[in-house]
Amino acid sequence: MKNNNLYKYILSIADNTLILGQRLGELCGHGPSLETDIACTNISLDMLGQARNYYQYAAKVKGGNTTEDDIAFLRKEHEYLNVLLVEQPNTDFGYIMARQFLFDVYHLLFLQELQKSKDQTLSAISNKAIKEVSYHYRFSSDWIKRLGDGTKESHQRTQNAVDDLWTYTDELFHQTETDKAMINDGIGVDTLKFKSEYYERANKVLEEATLEIPESRYFQKGGKQGMHTEHLGHLLSDLQYIQRAYPNMKW
Amino acid sequence: MSELKNISSLDSLPLGEMSDRTEWVIDKNLIPILNQVLDPEIPVLTILDMGVVRSAIIKDDEVIVKITPTYSGCPAMDVIGEDIIIAFKNEGYNAKVELVLSPAWTTDWITEKGRRSLEGYGIAPPLDAIADKEVLLGGKKLVKCTNCGSTNTKLVSQFGSTACKALFKCSDCQEPFDYFKCL
Ligand SMILES: [Zn+2]
Repeated sequence: MKNNNLYKYILSIADNTLILGQRLGELCGHGPSLETDIACTNISLDMLGQARNYYQYAAKVKGGNTTEDDIAFLRKEHEYLNVLLVEQPNTDFGYIMARQFLFDVYHLLFLQELQKSKDQTLSAISNKAIKEVSYHYRFSSDWIKRLGDGTKESHQRTQNAVDDLWTYTDELFHQTETDKAMINDGIGVDTLKFKSEYYERANKVLEEATLEIPESRYFQKGGKQGMHTEHLGHLLSDLQYIQRAYPNMKW
Repeated sequence: MSELKNISSLDSLPLGEMSDRTEWVIDKNLIPILNQVLDPEIPVLTILDMGVVRSAIIKDDEVIVKITPTYSGCPAMDVIGEDIIIAFKNEGYNAKVELVLSPAWTTDWITEKGRRSLEGYGIAPPLDAIADKEVLLGGKKLVKCTNCGSTNTKLVSQFGSTACKALFKCSDCQEPFDYFKCL
């Protein structure tokens, strides 16, 4: 395929929003309170909408008979290019908010840069998405502060979540060959440019939340190359069920 | 949804036109028809009040309407596209709907009439961006209760019954109500 790099690059962005959107969607009817349930599913809806915009574009880039539904629902586990952070399971609310927060900080910085992409469609999608993501960030950073600076129990659980998920933050800045090629073409985002800003912003909120900034230097990666944690397969079996049981359904 | 695929797909959109505002023309003759199409989730607002119609022109016997989605995942957009096609069909036109993503929709595009309709319907209309931030983040009391008019109101949740709304409660009359967030 002529535009293979562009295709893979779009997927790597889209898959992050699809998989995190699916994770949040799992909370529908299961949130800890009505308001947080509604908030998480609203954020999920935004992310799935963004994913859909990206997949429609990816389908166009790939050409032929490929549809957005094929791309979203019919790939195998190793063909999903999302980062490991977003596929981590829903455990308690502290964990869900820590995962969201660590992604939102990145997502905002990423979209800010993607708006400047030479690729007009990616620029247009990010221009739209960034407005939604600023609400996501407000929500998750508020909750990190409330939970961290809350009760002893909420503090401890959120601290555990941050310690655990910190391991996956470095991957956000890992650049694959596809990323490098796209950066060279002026299409992709050079994530290394805002890596230190990412940690500054995240640390600031964690400090306000009276949480400790993890000192761990051990980081895990692989999602962007299709090597996932054991959690993604289970998520996909849920996500793909309808499309596989009743083929050719439309989004 | 299959025959409406073009509504939510970028296929039909010439990329070069994405931010070309000179193309933003709404043919006066088409306004009465466009005014028949309502937002399915807030049925007191027409799509023109909502500010989602970027252009509507007649070209070679076909009406071409370009709309901007409010939120990326807004399920109302598919319905709106479908309703536009039906409204024009009833008036004897073939219509085609295209989606424009950029420039992104903003609550500033809701008309004055639209804002009044929102309030009458029980949804507090969006404040300006700075006031919005003060309300949602700083806890300032600026949003007017749609029931009694008091500004002694408080934010219950930044996310409400649909993507575009936050949930508020009036501390005077105790009624909960929706606030249309700035975007
Ligand atoms: Zn009141």
